[in-house]
Amino acid sequence: QVALLDIDICGPSIPKMMGLEGEQVHQSGSGWSPVYVEENLGVMSVGFLLSSPDDAVIWRGPKKNGLIKQFLRDVDWGEIDYLIVDTPPGTSDEHLSIVQYLSATHIDGAVIITTPQEVSLQDVRKEINFCHKVKLPIIGVVENMSGFICPKCKNESQIFPPTTGGAEKMCQNLNVSLLGKVPLDPQIGKSCDKGQSFLSEAPESPATSSYRSIIQRIQEYCDQHHFQEEKII
Amino acid sequence: ERSNLAGVRHILLVLSGKGGVGKSTISTELALSLRHSGKKVGILDADLCGPSIPRMFRVQDSDVHQCDGGWVPVFVDPDKSISLMSIGFLLEKPDDAVVWRGPKKNALIKQFVADVAWGDLDFLIVDTPPGTSDEHISTVEALRPYKPLGAILVTTPQAVAVGDVRRELTFCKKTGLRVLGIVENMSGFVCPHCSECTNIFSKG
Repeated sequence: QVALLDIDICGPSIPKMMGLEGEQVHQSGSGWSPVYVEENLGVMSVGFLLSSPDDAVIWRGPKKNGLIKQFLRDVDWGEIDYLIVDTPPGTSDEHLSIVQYLSATHIDGAVIITTPQEVSLQDVRKEINFCHKVKLPIIGVVENMSGFICPKCKNESQIFPPTTGGAEKMCQNLNVSLLGKVPLDPQIGKSCDKGQSFLSEAPESPATSSYRSIIQRIQEYCDQHHFQEEKII
Repeated sequence: ERSNLAGVRHILLVLSGKGGVGKSTISTELALSLRHSGKKVGILDADLCGPSIPRMFRVQDSDVHQCDGGWVPVFVDPDKSISLMSIGFLLEKPDDAVVWRGPKKNALIKQFVADVAWGDLDFLIVDTPPGTSDEHISTVEALRPYKPLGAILVTTPQAVAVGDVRRELTFCKKTGLRVLGIVENMSGFVCPHCSECTNIFSKG
């Protein structure tokens, strides 16, 4: 049972990617109802609260924090195995607030996404520092857009060259796990735009194997963690 | 007392709803092109959490100095044709995270707009983080008296990016910021081995 919470208030991409654009949130006695993609996958995003896809959410920090609190307090998620929280780029209000509001419960950790080039790694090192500062465990780093295989000649190109060693080197230096590398597959963008599951649309893609392997590593981390928790109790 | 922006002829903002589409790269290329045609350019890096501009000009280790008029921007070359201001120059260590809430970010943005001694510039390019929040509201408010020329919006082709940019267009409309145009970045990739063009980030 999975819940996906989109706290990118200014740029909510999750509704479109899940094929849920245009859906609205329903209220009931037990709170806000998430929008369900499937019986075991519920989604919440500010995108569902806007009347038009062109509506801009021009809010300062405090108002964004208020909505994030509501998402956590008023959404009737039911019993869930995994709550995945998608965040905007940065180390600001949304990030501080979500960690703060979830501090009463237990956060397994953060999965940090980067692309291979130094300009990206530069920001990701800051994000890793943010996690240390707020005592958020890091499950690991994913290197996205890691190489592109030309569909015609099958040669590989590094579109975002890892001039400083990519995520691999950074992870070694900062003693953080590299969960995996995902290559660029034009089908990924297409599937997201159409709101369809890339994993179902392109099961043979090398990107699919990468995703699956990364997801498995995350699940193993979470399972290990709970086992250790239970041992302590 | 003469304002620090009095000698700046044109102010341009580079915006995008979406992260990772290439705002900082486009800001940099724009500055370099303008310099190539003989203009004096400044770049104000308003991305406080992820300041990319210093590294793009290879001056990430530079320090910022004070003068009577405020902060002296960092010059990227002896010609002094491109000058920069970024929080990147104010960090003790390059990996230091700026973990600030809105009000603190707003205060620094106001300082960046008012207290940098730009001198005479043909163009001041303002690079922004993704979104439509504190940094954007504060930047537009602080720059309003100086009548910015307008905004350039950057996107990549896929719908998920365009969706965010449509919101950014709404932001511009609501804040009275003229949109000079939209740049579609990462628009197709030409394979260096066989010259086949692939639309990695979709088309349209």
